[in-house]
Amino acid sequence: MKPLNGIIVLDFSQFLAGPSAALRLADLGARVIKIERPGSGDGSRQMKLHNLCSDGDSVLFQTINRNKESYCADLKNPNDFEKIKKLIQKADVMIENFRPGVMKKIGLDYEEVKKINPSIVYGTVTGYGSVGPWVKKPGQDLLVQSLSGLTWLNGNQDQPPTPFALSVADSYTGIHLAEGILACLFRRFTTKTGGYVEVSLLESIIDMQFEVLTTYLNDGHQAPIRSKFNNAHAYLSAPYGIYETSNGYIALAMGSITDLGSYLNSDILQSFTCKEDWFKRRDEIKEILSKILVTDTTQHWLHLLQSHNYWCSDVLSWNQLLAQDSFQSLEFLQTIKRPNGHSFITSRCPISFNFEHLFSSKWAPVLGEDTEKINYEFQL
Amino acid sequence: MKPLENLIVLDFSQFLSAPSAALRLADLGANVIKIERPETGDICRTLYISNCKIDGDSSLFHAINRNKDGITLDLKDINSKTILEKLIQKADIMILNFRPGVSQKLGIDYEHVLTLNPSIIYGEITGYGYTGPWKDLPGQDLLVQSLSGLTWLNGNQDQSPLPFGLSIADMCAGQHLVQGILSALIQREKTKEPSYVQANLLESLLDIQFEVFTTYLNNGYQTPKRSKINNANAYIDAPYGIYETADGYLALAMVSIPYLGTLIGCTKLTNYIDSTKLSEQRDEIKQILADYLKNNTTKHWLSILEPADIWCADVYTWDKLLSSEGFQSLNMIQTVKRKNGTKLLTTRCPITIDGQYFISEKAAPDLGQNNHDYLDL
Repeated sequence: MKPLNGIIVLDFSQFLAGPSAALRLADLGARVIKIERPGSGDGSRQMKLHNLCSDGDSVLFQTINRNKESYCADLKNPNDFEKIKKLIQKADVMIENFRPGVMKKIGLDYEEVKKINPSIVYGTVTGYGSVGPWVKKPGQDLLVQSLSGLTWLNGNQDQPPTPFALSVADSYTGIHLAEGILACLFRRFTTKTGGYVEVSLLESIIDMQFEVLTTYLNDGHQAPIRSKFNNAHAYLSAPYGIYETSNGYIALAMGSITDLGSYLNSDILQSFTCKEDWFKRRDEIKEILSKILVTDTTQHWLHLLQSHNYWCSDVLSWNQLLAQDSFQSLEFLQTIKRPNGHSFITSRCPISFNFEHLFSSKWAPVLGEDTEKINYEFQL
Repeated sequence: MKPLENLIVLDFSQFLSAPSAALRLADLGANVIKIERPETGDICRTLYISNCKIDGDSSLFHAINRNKDGITLDLKDINSKTILEKLIQKADIMILNFRPGVSQKLGIDYEHVLTLNPSIIYGEITGYGYTGPWKDLPGQDLLVQSLSGLTWLNGNQDQSPLPFGLSIADMCAGQHLVQGILSALIQREKTKEPSYVQANLLESLLDIQFEVFTTYLNNGYQTPKRSKINNANAYIDAPYGIYETADGYLALAMVSIPYLGTLIGCTKLTNYIDSTKLSEQRDEIKQILADYLKNNTTKHWLSILEPADIWCADVYTWDKLLSSEGFQSLNMIQTVKRKNGTKLLTTRCPITIDGQYFISEKAAPDLGQNNHDYLDL
């Protein structure tokens, strides 16, 4: 039994933030039904990375929407609209990420939905919240990163503002949405009523910076300064960063510079006895360290530093990671197969319960694959 | 009503990952009791950055541990045992991030806790999971980033592997633990059963890469190729990235290249009409665009692109963000206070429920601040 068995989720959302929250709920045991418009469905069905497509849908879409069912409905068609209202009566959760105002126009905003089903938990994702001058701006990951200040934390000092090279705003917002929905589902045992959960890409990407932003808010608004070399965190002292070796790279986390100096036999490093200099003269130290580490192999340095319990590691590519026993023992990959045989490999849910991983073999649905079944099952 | 009102959480964890999970539970309404060792407490208290020390503790500690009570207990001292057991009996949730084996030594491993509290939700974060040769390695953020392949996605092609400039593995694992704990609470309402919930930094960091990682797993294990210029995602075609302008920067997301060329008057771009070639032409297109956008100001480009509904944005520093009306209307900053009057500013919980922000004035605890409230039970 999975924790959310018995919960029904209607997922009206598209692209990444909303659908990734629904995927998490599905992996935790909920039954997720994607509500898609006839003809085209979720816009990400045709959004391909590296032109990668399988059985008519992009692998990207299938990655985010596996373990769900698909129900086609034209929300502007009165007949379909009535069916959706009936479906909402049976649901525990609904998720949407339309631009603000769209659900109200359709007649499925929280106020209306609450009348149909007072115990529903309604989750909304926006780009920039529901008030203020940015409400109508496109809620796109890179744009939100760019407005959030985050790009000035990443990359080296001489580089332009550098975004995190993943859709981190979308993903983190999806995580927060799932949290809010789960919290309301729990509260429902006491209150017997649902709830309205709102998250936005901007608030979530600000939350991702909460540690360093809190520092900035209380240190007189000093702008963060990225390291000149091997930046890994604008606020941390040397040696924090990734260094080149004679045959690859090595990552060094927090640690004493003088200890490091003694392990590496470097008098210069050992002369940095004042801890404050490890931050103030960070770039100078990192440059000295770079020159030492490039003279021998990653394995040599790992062997030496790990014997002193210094925090360090190799720097792996995905190819190298996949070959590690440690990766394999996680059993982190699963193969998802459509009934017609088309399959792809993806990762599983990263949360485990009672030493059991959450696997699911349920594929990403073809558009409208479950419409008839659901019509029959719920007598729509 | 806050969703987690009346729940008691014992937070035995340190640093960022698991304590940030406890913070989220606190903001959602739980009563979180941070349990620290006497005298030193959570090592994060002295992890000062930017020389920012507030009432004796680091700004990091304050940010991560606000809205919690704090008590000190020497878990190795036999005299603490009775109090500890009473606390565990009253708790709904425990959160830990010790190295493997430590909780057994301290007598707070899951098996033992179950004998005291058979419906406990026991949440744990490790570095690399509970099996395999890495399970005893230090679960530190940068090291996990380095092992996860993520550093080969970030920065430009000619750069060394570049980590994300934040402790993103810690934060994702913390939030995944919250998801697991909340699910276990829901299950417990029905089954009365306890749960042992685990997340680890490595899986959480791979999960945040799941879109592109899955692409890699299914395209014949092709190594991702970062852009030569202005990389923003190794898997997305031009113009995706941040570009320098005459007076600042401009972010451009997905848009048709010929259309973009027409709008900004860059005729070279109007030739890129074959969408099947866009992947291989990414860097040359980005170079043309980079050279062209330098010729005018950010404001100028935005005034052309925004009315055409092109996905674009200015690139803000925190200073600029904070002075913008868009940010201010979110009410994202709150003031927290210690009992002695010390005040500081921090951000609030990013989740809004029933139109209410979760705001709490309660600052991070002084070491042992609530001993009298709990230790005389």
